[in-house]
Amino acid sequence: MAMTALRREGRRFLLSPIPPNPSTAARSTMLSESTAYEMRWFLIVSLGDDLISGEVPKSNIHRKNHGRSRRSFVFVCSFFVNAGDLSLLGIRSISTQVVRNRMKSVKNIQKITKAMKMVAASKLRAVQLRTENSRGLWQPFTALLGDTPSVDVKKNVIVTITSDKGLCGGINSTSVKISKSLYKLTSGPEKETKYVLLGEKGKVQMVRDSKNSIEMTITEVQKNPVNYTQVSVLADDILKNVEYDALRIIFNKFHSVVSFIPTISTILSPEVVERESESGGKLGDLDSYEIEGGETKAEVLQNLAEFQFSCVLYNAVLENACSELGARMSAMDSSSRNAGEMLDRLTLTYNRTRQASITTELIEIISGASALTG
Amino acid sequence: MYRQAPRLLIRALDGGRGGRLIGRAFSTGVPVAPVEDSAFVEAWKKVAPNLEPPKTPLSFMKPRPPTPSSIPSKLTVNFVLPYQSEISNKEVDMVIVPATTGQMGVLPGHVATIAELKPGLLSVHDGNEVTKYFVSSGFAFIHANSIADIVAVEAVPVDRIDPSLVQKGLADFTQKLSSATTDLEKAEAQIGVDVHSALNAALTG
Repeated sequence: MAMTALRREGRRFLLSPIPPNPSTAARSTMLSESTAYEMRWFLIVSLGDDLISGEVPKSNIHRKNHGRSRRSFVFVCSFFVNAGDLSLLGIRSISTQVVRNRMKSVKNIQKITKAMKMVAASKLRAVQLRTENSRGLWQPFTALLGDTPSVDVKKNVIVTITSDKGLCGGINSTSVKISKSLYKLTSGPEKETKYVLLGEKGKVQMVRDSKNSIEMTITEVQKNPVNYTQVSVLADDILKNVEYDALRIIFNKFHSVVSFIPTISTILSPEVVERESESGGKLGDLDSYEIEGGETKAEVLQNLAEFQFSCVLYNAVLENACSELGARMSAMDSSSRNAGEMLDRLTLTYNRTRQASITTELIEIISGASALTG
Repeated sequence: MYRQAPRLLIRALDGGRGGRLIGRAFSTGVPVAPVEDSAFVEAWKKVAPNLEPPKTPLSFMKPRPPTPSSIPSKLTVNFVLPYQSEISNKEVDMVIVPATTGQMGVLPGHVATIAELKPGLLSVHDGNEVTKYFVSSGFAFIHANSIADIVAVEAVPVDRIDPSLVQKGLADFTQKLSSATTDLEKAEAQIGVDVHSALNAALTG
């Protein structure tokens, strides 16, 4: 009999207007939207278990999940028990506990995202300084060898730089989209294009459909602050393991805290440089340069290509790191703002519910009193 | 009603094309030379019409001046390191770079050269003042328009080098070279010896 009463009560709360799903406005930028609700789910199951056995739970919070399967019934029970100031046997009162719980979790999420924004802002300041200092590094190479993104070669290697951590807006998806379009651009008869992926997020997205074209993946580049030695070792690794005629590095260039420009830097292998300089065009006046040092021109050009790759890669990694932090800042900022708006709406609902329950109680009392006297 | 007069006037004056011209006239810094590779942009549009084509480094660089007909009086030097631009667009008289074939002096009007650098002394002469740096290695590009780009991996001004540490390092690496067994160890020790003897020479010379 008690069980049916509980079930009846629970069904009333289940029909209450607030569904336990986060609104879609905050979905894309909120920290794993299920965390707050998963914790409550375990709480719910454990409460339900105790309720069924007839004991009143002493501490609600740190209980293990028993994994019982009577989920629906248990879910129903939780709303009932959480309705604060009630006894176990069904005095009706509209509950504000649900709204209050949601408000608490939304406020926590807002605090977390604000903190993440501050952390990203402070990291950005440090990395931005180093990025701006490294911007002079690739300019001499472009001044000498020009910029030839439309070069036609047989073996292309696309080096995509992405981040390891998420919650940074859409920059990784942009880089991946551009890599895929570049792959289509550079593919053709007798040509082959391969990927080298830096960063966990790029790897995850590419593995889904282009698994066979991925030559190497490198993750945890940003674990320690990036310095030139580390990047040059990385560049050496890449150059040893892939054959290439042209390397194309795709990254997000840091323009400002709110704007990141996807960029492609092209590096040609020494043989292609020779070929292009002989045929004229952009590299035509490379022949007029005298070569000092090394035994042959080919050796110097080889060293030049490798050095160029490591310098451009260093700059690209730094720029991408800056862009990632900037994107994370703006994503967390909009997330906090959405959480704030959600909190405002919930507060209104809370007050309405509270006032309605007070009014209902008053009406019941007064009508009861008038029934006695009248 | 009279508030709208200027807008209507502009529109009446030149119609569509002129209106855009008037709008353009206020934009400063419109690049004169094309800064995009048009072949690339076209190929991109065919493959991915909805995506904007990504930018290339050329659009982020200031265009270099063309080769002048007469030899200019000063040399423009850019000396860059991975973590800093040491010298950028400075006009100097002469630069001496430590190329692998020996110390090379660069004057304005030098023939276009690509030089590979070895560890050694780089000195920048501007009038009477000379600034000396010890560079680890890198490349130097001298362009026909009297612009010299020096890209090095590591460089320190010579007055920050400690002579006693140099001697100690030299002794260490010489000893490692004599006791090296594998090729890799030998190569590493040789590099150490080279760098330290160059440091020594830079300090004394």
